[in-house]
Amino acid sequence: MTQLVERPPVEDLSGDQQIQLLRQMMLIRRFETKAAEMYTKQKIAGFLHLYNGEEAVAVGAISALNGDDPILTHYRDHGHALARGLEPKRVMAELFGKKTGVSAGKGGSMHLFDIDKHFLGGYAIVAGHLPLACGVALANKRLGNDKVVLCIFGDGAVNEGEFHEALNLASVWKLPVLFMCENNFYGMGTDIRHVSAVIEVYKRAEAYALPAKQVDGMNVLEMYDETLQAADFVRSGNGPSFLEAICFRFRGHSMADPEFYRRKEETERWRELDPILTFRKKLTNEGVIDDTAFEMIEEEIEQNVREAVEFAEESPAPPLEDLYAAVYKENS
Amino acid sequence: MAEVAYREALRMTLREELEADEKVVLMGEDIGAYGGSYSVTKGLLEEFGPDRVMDTPISESVVVGCGIGAAMGGLRPMVELMTINFSLLAFDQIVNNAAKISYMSGGQLNVPMVIRMASGAGSQLSSQHSHSLEGWYAHIPGLKVAVPYTPRDARGLLKTAFKEPNPVIFIEHTALYGRKGEVPDNEYSIPFGEAEIIREGADVTLIGYSGSVYQALGAADILEGNGRSAEVLNLRTLRPLDVEAIIGSVRKTHRAVVVEDDWKFGGFAGEISAIIMEQAFDELDGPVQRVCGADVPMPYAKQLEQAALPSPQQIAETALGLF
Repeated sequence: MTQLVERPPVEDLSGDQQIQLLRQMMLIRRFETKAAEMYTKQKIAGFLHLYNGEEAVAVGAISALNGDDPILTHYRDHGHALARGLEPKRVMAELFGKKTGVSAGKGGSMHLFDIDKHFLGGYAIVAGHLPLACGVALANKRLGNDKVVLCIFGDGAVNEGEFHEALNLASVWKLPVLFMCENNFYGMGTDIRHVSAVIEVYKRAEAYALPAKQVDGMNVLEMYDETLQAADFVRSGNGPSFLEAICFRFRGHSMADPEFYRRKEETERWRELDPILTFRKKLTNEGVIDDTAFEMIEEEIEQNVREAVEFAEESPAPPLEDLYAAVYKENS
Repeated sequence: MAEVAYREALRMTLREELEADEKVVLMGEDIGAYGGSYSVTKGLLEEFGPDRVMDTPISESVVVGCGIGAAMGGLRPMVELMTINFSLLAFDQIVNNAAKISYMSGGQLNVPMVIRMASGAGSQLSSQHSHSLEGWYAHIPGLKVAVPYTPRDARGLLKTAFKEPNPVIFIEHTALYGRKGEVPDNEYSIPFGEAEIIREGADVTLIGYSGSVYQALGAADILEGNGRSAEVLNLRTLRPLDVEAIIGSVRKTHRAVVVEDDWKFGGFAGEISAIIMEQAFDELDGPVQRVCGADVPMPYAKQLEQAALPSPQQIAETALGLF
């Protein structure tokens, strides 16, 4: 999957570029649905957190960044990894726990890493990676490059102390980091309205004197546009910025989730805002894409994902001598 | 060779590292304008400026996490935490991030950073400033743990810590900061995993690290007065641990007493004891003994605090019980 080579203002996105955004969202959706299938076939173990429904956030935001802007994210990380251009087959191989996986089979679903793609990892301690993002940004600032660190987390993270510590430090030290909260209203199975005194996350960020805004996370073009602007602000040396993307996950927290805590009607209502369906409709109405072209992309992605599964299936498991490898880096 | 205090020996290395490598940055609470709560970083802000010597908010977790991220991003950070007791606020960052990022990224990333902190009791600072939790860090694969006793150790081990591509937990002892000792004038380093026989002996091995080496040396004097020759081992690092030195000494003396300020139950002294049992059981003339801190939160009152810490007398008595 290719990413956008250039990042024009949203109004200047060509038809092809918009189709690319659609294609990326479709790939994530298909990949995730296939991963769920592989989980039920017991090819994938552990926890599997799927990104279905939130594709516009990853694709819109990451397409608006430079390829060498570092990304640190949470454990629902497949969508971000694919949007950054990690190879689907190596991501699938990681889920399968294979040697060829992006993290050599050591990390699994929650810990995808690809340093060549500046994808600095998925982290599974809620809010634990926000301080790391500050540090990577500090390094970039001191090294004098103009990279923007994208740090993605969920609404569950905003009641952790590290959220507040990180925002404060980033603001005081004017660190080039773009914080992005995916607010899907549920921290695992707990409704944000039951556990947060202020449910508008961006308002909590504003307390740390950094620009913060709520945006539509179901709309890929809005995500692209807002991220581009926020990243420009950060890149220009103004310090951190904050976006709260309102979105919804269509599936449970993980594959183990029976979803007792939310009503089916709520999910169904959000499904009407499906970022892929709505964007397809928009592009169809504007004459950018027709059914034939859409179906061709679907077929192409189907094959892509099938190949990813084949690759993962055929790849070797990590040999036992890998058990003790990489606990420490050897002194060079 | 000059006589310098432990804190000055540390500062010498910090200054050398700041001078040698632009990528070295120091971060911590009150390390700049205040000069460091134990004066280790005194003068470095004035010398190197606020971009290199950074005062942080009182937010241990983000400070350590920021150090980890900075290391991932290409800097050479050193984070100072006022005491090991406060490091618990950053325990998640140290254990779940610093120690694991190399492994869970399949070796793509590493975390070359030093986290310094002060440990130990003796200053009547009561329960939340006085504990010795070195063993907790030594328990974690992915970390290295240095515990200098002499000023020479302090400078040489810190030098090695700055060369490490892995996270180093560097634990100093509050009671040692002012103690002076001979330190070579030229730059040198002390490798990790090499214990020092700080006093040679033939009848019993006293094993300690950091402040407990001082108590063990005191005990060795008492034992000498009782006609027993004690060998004292200064471990210098807990991870890696110089198992060979421990076993080698026990083969010679056939008796061992492990000394530690930390709580006895579930502590690092138990680990050393188990290693000796596993690897030198037949060499032993008696069970490995442990003299550790009392199993209580540290009390404030002087007399109680002293009673909660291993004393030379207690160590010597324990050793004599082996004959």
